[in-house]
Amino acid sequence: MAEHKKKLLQGNEACVEGAIYAGCKFYAGYPITPSTEIAEGLSVRLPKIGGKFIQMEDEIASIAAAIGGSLAGLKSLTATSGPGFSLKQEGLGYACIAEIPLVIINVMRGGPSTGYPTGPSQADIMQAKWGTHGDHPAIALTPAYVQEILTETVRAFNLSEKYRTPVIVLYDEIIGHMREPITIPEPGELEVIDREKVTCPPDEYFPYDERFEVPPLAPFGTGYRYHVTGLNHKKDGFPTNDSKQINENNLRIMRKIENHKAEIWKNEEVSLKDADVAVFSIGSTARSANFAVKAAREAGIKAGLLRPLTIWPFPDAAVKELAKRVKAIIVPELNLGQMVLEVERCAGGACKVEGIHRVDGEPITPAQILEIIKKHAK
Amino acid sequence: MSEGTVAKKQKLSVPFDYDKYLRPKKLPHIWCPGCGHGIVLKALLRAIEASGLNKDDICMVSGIGCSSRTPGYVDFNTMHSLHGRAFAFATGIKFAKPNMKVIVITGDGDALAIGGNHFIHTCRRNIDLTVLVYTNAIYGMTGGQYSPTTPLGDIATTSRYGNIEPPFDACKMAEAAGASFVARGTAYHTLELEKTILEAIKHKGTSVVDIIDACPTYYGRMNKYKSATHMMEVIEKDGTVSVKQADKLPPEKLEGKLLRGVLYKTDRPEYCEQYATQVMGKATGK
Repeated sequence: MAEHKKKLLQGNEACVEGAIYAGCKFYAGYPITPSTEIAEGLSVRLPKIGGKFIQMEDEIASIAAAIGGSLAGLKSLTATSGPGFSLKQEGLGYACIAEIPLVIINVMRGGPSTGYPTGPSQADIMQAKWGTHGDHPAIALTPAYVQEILTETVRAFNLSEKYRTPVIVLYDEIIGHMREPITIPEPGELEVIDREKVTCPPDEYFPYDERFEVPPLAPFGTGYRYHVTGLNHKKDGFPTNDSKQINENNLRIMRKIENHKAEIWKNEEVSLKDADVAVFSIGSTARSANFAVKAAREAGIKAGLLRPLTIWPFPDAAVKELAKRVKAIIVPELNLGQMVLEVERCAGGACKVEGIHRVDGEPITPAQILEIIKKHAK
Repeated sequence: MSEGTVAKKQKLSVPFDYDKYLRPKKLPHIWCPGCGHGIVLKALLRAIEASGLNKDDICMVSGIGCSSRTPGYVDFNTMHSLHGRAFAFATGIKFAKPNMKVIVITGDGDALAIGGNHFIHTCRRNIDLTVLVYTNAIYGMTGGQYSPTTPLGDIATTSRYGNIEPPFDACKMAEAAGASFVARGTAYHTLELEKTILEAIKHKGTSVVDIIDACPTYYGRMNKYKSATHMMEVIEKDGTVSVKQADKLPPEKLEGKLLRGVLYKTDRPEYCEQYATQVMGKATGK
């Protein structure tokens, strides 16, 4: 039996496995490199298990349809890449304010614009947080291994259902297309969180009831007739011009994430306990960093790696603590400086912070990182 | 004219409980005096009553604009979505829950400009959505800019020298794109509109009803209409001809007039049914 669970899959295929495992029953998407394999996979898998797959006319329609599917009660997914992620920002904001669970996969490619469709990038980190207008909560997960794409996709669905909010999974093209042997978990092996069921009588139901930190969401068509809007609204879902209610609406959607950061954060630490020099990195770059840290240790340098699997909310606590006890934090990333700004903010001058940036469509190598580790170890 | 007089004159004897379908606490509505949206809503609610549908099974999805405020006033599963995207949200809901009757409320700017692509592809899929396009030839919510149905030469706050963009015919586009039911009504012809909407609701597939409606506040004032009723007479009554009358009229009498009634109706496979039988059927080997 155990052999059957082992599979050689590419990252995007592992994402499909993760979605199925999490109970995803609705996918709407639009073809885009380098994420298309997710749509292709789900177009085969979903109809076998009573799920719905639809290829929409564009990226905007895809996220809108996925929100509709979720509102009707199905765990919903959409996947895309850079230019498509830009288009999806409108729907992302709607899902934030209307508090509709949804998972969005963004396989990061080079940008801006059409950029470099077949090359890797990590340049959508800030967009995942700030891409849609207005203040809004953001959860973004950053797997680095094919196996992790599966497990983080499951976690994304869990967080999205638990906090009634869209969750973004960000991984670069390298791991999206890389093949690695992975193990498909047995049912029950990973936690799967389903949407909380509404049990109160319909006349007592308020979709945005402020008595709850995360009010339960009744699927459309189940006898709870209520209103959903992208306007600031009251607890009953109807728009309001009352400044107090607008304020409460805006603050509550932030608070439900802010108050649970510690549960949403997830970091991997590699030889960090006694480290003098730390590397902070995600995705394929973290894999290079891992090699660099090992090589540094072999050369007698106390180097370590802090690898966040949750990039939003930003792992403030971990970075603040780390900054107090290392000489430097090195931030290699496939962009011209995004995470490094957050690391600098958290470090607050307690240690040196240096970015390594690359936007030529090639990965950052272990040697590049090792060189900077050596510089700061002196 | 009171409700009673209308009923007598038009031989309608059934008293109608609008409150059954409205959310009275959410009224009064935001529509201006003289706007036809309320008349269309009446026709829609009467059609829904006649359809025998249960409120729990009805979902109403709108985009952004004056007409798109309708879902807030009715006691169904209601969604006020994003500008132009009502079709896509509605597609998601319908596809996830095919047993629901999903009605899309949209305006001419919402459906034909920013939502034009979604409109086309909804029709092409022939997914079972009832689409009501409130066509008043203006962007009312933002204060009177020209829309995709503003006639040539007309004045709007963004066409002070006269509109130079030819208007769309939503019905022609719907039919060409593949909608299996295409009709037109007006806020003036209320009973006819009610029947047309009922037929649209009963039809399986994408049903589009283009509803000619008037915006006296912006379009009317800028284009020198004397009053809301004057607008209704000129644009809705005199500017349209029913398909039945049209058959008897010479072409010159039809020039510049829009046709009313069911313009196109056909049986074509519906999207959710196709998915269930063709896709799920093949995938599961049944």
